[in-house]
Amino acid sequence: MPKIKVPRSNPSLDMTPMVDLAFLLVTFFMLTASFRTEEAIVVDAPKSVSDEMLPDNAMMVTMDTAGRAFYTIDGEEIKKNTLMQMGEKYSVTFSEDEIKEFQLMKDFGHPFSELKTYLNATKNERTKMDKNAPGIPMDSLNNELGDWITFGKISAYGESQTKGTDFSNFRYSIKADARTDFRVMRKLFNAFEKSNIHTFDLVTNLEQE
Amino acid sequence: MAELNTDDSSKGGKHQKKRAKKSSTKVDMTPMVDLAFLLLTFFVLTATFGKPKTMQLNMPVKAKNEDQKQKVSDNAITMLLTDNIDSIYYYNGIYDPAKTVIRITNYSKEGVRKLLLESNKDVVTKVHELEEQYKKGAIADSTLKKLKEKVQSDVNTLAVIVKTEDKTKYKNIVDLVDELNICDVAKFSIGDISTQEQNHLTKLKL
Repeated sequence: MPKIKVPRSNPSLDMTPMVDLAFLLVTFFMLTASFRTEEAIVVDAPKSVSDEMLPDNAMMVTMDTAGRAFYTIDGEEIKKNTLMQMGEKYSVTFSEDEIKEFQLMKDFGHPFSELKTYLNATKNERTKMDKNAPGIPMDSLNNELGDWITFGKISAYGESQTKGTDFSNFRYSIKADARTDFRVMRKLFNAFEKSNIHTFDLVTNLEQE
Repeated sequence: MAELNTDDSSKGGKHQKKRAKKSSTKVDMTPMVDLAFLLLTFFVLTATFGKPKTMQLNMPVKAKNEDQKQKVSDNAITMLLTDNIDSIYYYNGIYDPAKTVIRITNYSKEGVRKLLLESNKDVVTKVHELEEQYKKGAIADSTLKKLKEKVQSDVNTLAVIVKTEDKTKYKNIVDLVDELNICDVAKFSIGDISTQEQNHLTKLKL
């Protein structure tokens, strides 16, 4: 009896469409990816139904449950001017390198006296310092946060004048932990109040209903 | 795999020329595909879609003299937020130790939202009508915003006074302001609980 011939099919299959799709997805995710900027502190913001986007051009104070305040402001030139004015008030001078370092830095939560050490620290040391950060003082006796806010506002105003942009686009965001006591928040609002700032953007997470 | 058909045996001519051995034009794509999938997995896992959002809040400007202070109207609702994270204490009108009844509600849809929607019925219906018009295309986006603001800031609309104490949680305030925004209450202010009110609350809790 003759053997039954089994037609041999080619075991390799065409992968082109799959590869095409894979690359399409890679491209999509790469382009939409926005990497989380490194922050000195992570807080759990409250939820809200508001769907307004976080503005880009802003000063931001972050507040954790223990009432430690962290400060940052957008814009390299604004940052530099703010630091210079703070230095003038507290009679501290900063070198070129330190200023550059400050411009590249995200938020920080140290008193002004410790800022120089913080700027000269390495990345690892900074992470450690962030963890034990005492927060920027905002008592009525030593209101450094108030100074940061005031000088930040002045610098942002100066910047908008030289660039001819609308100063009302400059915003003040507050990112606080949902469990923060209002006693702490009131202190923060008072610090802003001193610089005549009454409108805030509270950072929230979107709530699904 | 993607392959180019370089086979031309069908063209067999008479004179079989001696050919240099052709190396295969097929490229092994496996490593590339591996890499592609690796990247794909990485970006899928690190992708963060929900960017943080913001909610605008206006704090009252401290009045410099008595004239600037706004009077509390009779139809205002005062909401007292305490360290009790589930409840809202509230009363209507001006505080009067003898007459005022402090009631209790919560943050649910049946609680504070129902209360606010009922108290602010006129504005809510008007805003709803405006939104209907906007959906039909009768009014533009900016007009809607302007008209909404006008309706919300009318003299006789509901005003809400939110009072807090030291231990009130930030979350509660954001939640309440959220509810106020949902219920189209534009006139609200944030202040501190007075001693009288505090005493009243302590009595209530007992």
